Amino acid sequence: MTMEVNRTYPVNGPKAWYQRWWAVQPVRSTVIFALSLAIGLVVWQLISIKYGVYFFPSPSETWIAFKELAQDGSLATSTIDSARRILVGWGLGLVVGIPIGLVMGRFGFVRQLLDPYIEFFRFVPPISFVTLAIIWFGVGEASKVVLIFYTSVFIVTISTIAGVLAVDPLKVRAAASLGAGPLRTMFLVIIPASIPEIVTGARLAMGNSFLTIVSAEIVAAQHGLGALIWKSRNYGRTEWVFVGIITLGILGFLFDRIIRVAVRRGLARYVNHG
Amino acid sequence: MSALQAVSASSGAAGHSIEFRNVSIRFNSFDAVSGVSLRIQPGEFVCLIGPSGCGKSTLLSAAAGFLGTRGDAPGAVEGEVLVNGERVRGPDISRGVVFQSSEALFPWRTVRENVAFGPRIRGVRGGELRDLIDYYIALVGLDHAADRFPSQLSGGMRQRVQLARVLANQPRVILMDEPLGALDAQTRSVMQREIERLWQETQCTMVFVTHDLDEAIKLGDRVVTMTAGPGAGIKSIYDIKLERPRDETTPAAIELHRALRDDVAEEVLKTLRSQRR
Ligand SMILES: Nc1ncnc2c1ncn2[C@@H]1O[C@H](COP(=O)(O)OP(=O)(O)OP(=O)(O)O)[C@@H](O)[C@H]1O
Ligand SMILES: [Mg+2]
Repeated sequence: MTMEVNRTYPVNGPKAWYQRWWAVQPVRSTVIFALSLAIGLVVWQLISIKYGVYFFPSPSETWIAFKELAQDGSLATSTIDSARRILVGWGLGLVVGIPIGLVMGRFGFVRQLLDPYIEFFRFVPPISFVTLAIIWFGVGEASKVVLIFYTSVFIVTISTIAGVLAVDPLKVRAAASLGAGPLRTMFLVIIPASIPEIVTGARLAMGNSFLTIVSAEIVAAQHGLGALIWKSRNYGRTEWVFVGIITLGILGFLFDRIIRVAVRRGLARYVNHG
Repeated sequence: MSALQAVSASSGAAGHSIEFRNVSIRFNSFDAVSGVSLRIQPGEFVCLIGPSGCGKSTLLSAAAGFLGTRGDAPGAVEGEVLVNGERVRGPDISRGVVFQSSEALFPWRTVRENVAFGPRIRGVRGGELRDLIDYYIALVGLDHAADRFPSQLSGGMRQRVQLARVLANQPRVILMDEPLGALDAQTRSVMQREIERLWQETQCTMVFVTHDLDEAIKLGDRVVTMTAGPGAGIKSIYDIKLERPRDETTPAAIELHRALRDDVAEEVLKTLRSQRR
């Protein structure tokens, strides 16, 4: 019996070079990613062959358009302008949404007072405010940033409230009997304990901001990826629209990655709990 | 060295008395506890047992100051809860609380940082803070795990962190709500000895809720049994005169165990019957 237990079973014979490579996680995921990209390009190419450049530009036509827009600098300015609007509006959404969420989560009275408005406006899409934003804040940067802010602030607030309400009351009691007053309880217990939900809210808000940037730039934006998309229509340049869409997607993916890495670096102990 | 001596000297201060004077506690329209009167001597070790839901945690919470003292705190307390002769008006660092669940720890803080929580608020800083934390972490035998997070500890180690965190505030009273309830039998038995030792070292007053009769007999100067709720009260009080450290397998301990078991079983049956109704 003991013999049986102690016996080491022979591992399958020596592995071929590709098997050894395939076992390396980064190699494997890179290969799969490349495969995914290749399949996408092939499908894209097939559709475009069927429908033609105006209706559905091919990968190579889009690539030419990309180079065109990159060379005259309009792609870079558009990307930077949109990114700036998103970051400012989203940042304001966090700066305002987190404190409101903390207070609403902590004080039932404030929560009941503000809840009807949160529940109302979170169902009104930002695009319905485009006209109002322009009337109130003008055709400049402010109206665009305000729309991004609008699309961020509710989701951040709601996530923060959820985080605060999920804090185990035991932690609050423990803190109180260890000498923490209301302010210390907020900063030493409630906020650290709510960080996972706050981060989730911030990421969702970033997603919302990308959904909104195109509507925000619908009117009177000189540059911006949304503006690029809207203007291309006027020139009948469908391939520019494609360039705008792809750049938006990549930018969004990049921003989400940056948030994730920043959280992993800076907030690990709050998110992973160890 | 001198800092450590100061630490151990000050932690040797005597415990506070606790007195319940005709205490009744209600949650909305529900009578949880009614007419409880009990005086706990300074430095005494009192164990509370009783059927589940009778109000042991509620009594403990009242002594901790968690109930009905501020606007949003649950429960209405009638009668008087006095600690060291003064009415309890809210939580205080002189009354440490150890909870059954390690959810009470701060998972984003290491062991060291959890233990530092109270002292830092009290304004202890620098070398003094470091010595104090080291002392209490060593006292509960966690020196080797001081920089780990709670998620990296076993259940028994987590309860040690809760103990050290409370002890670092040098409380006069420690209220423990089934602190060993989630542990396996071996760890439990080791922890019982640890708690007894810490109690003897610090001379704190201890109130200890448990469902384990042997645990109560092993630790308590007195064991208080409670009647079934609603409107739970004190049923009987046993003076445990066995010599410490105690052995639950001696005839006297077994005799006590029987008496306590019948006492509690009667109340548990009442609870079951009232639930069926
Ligand atoms: N915050 C609260 N709101 C309403 N009812 C409560 C509250 N806390 C406790 N109760 C009720 O008071 C009674 C006593 O509860 P308590 O937690 O003190 O019991 P317990 O003796 O500690 O039980 P267990 O042994 O299961 O821990 C129970 O019926 C419980 O439902
Ligand atoms: Mg309880």
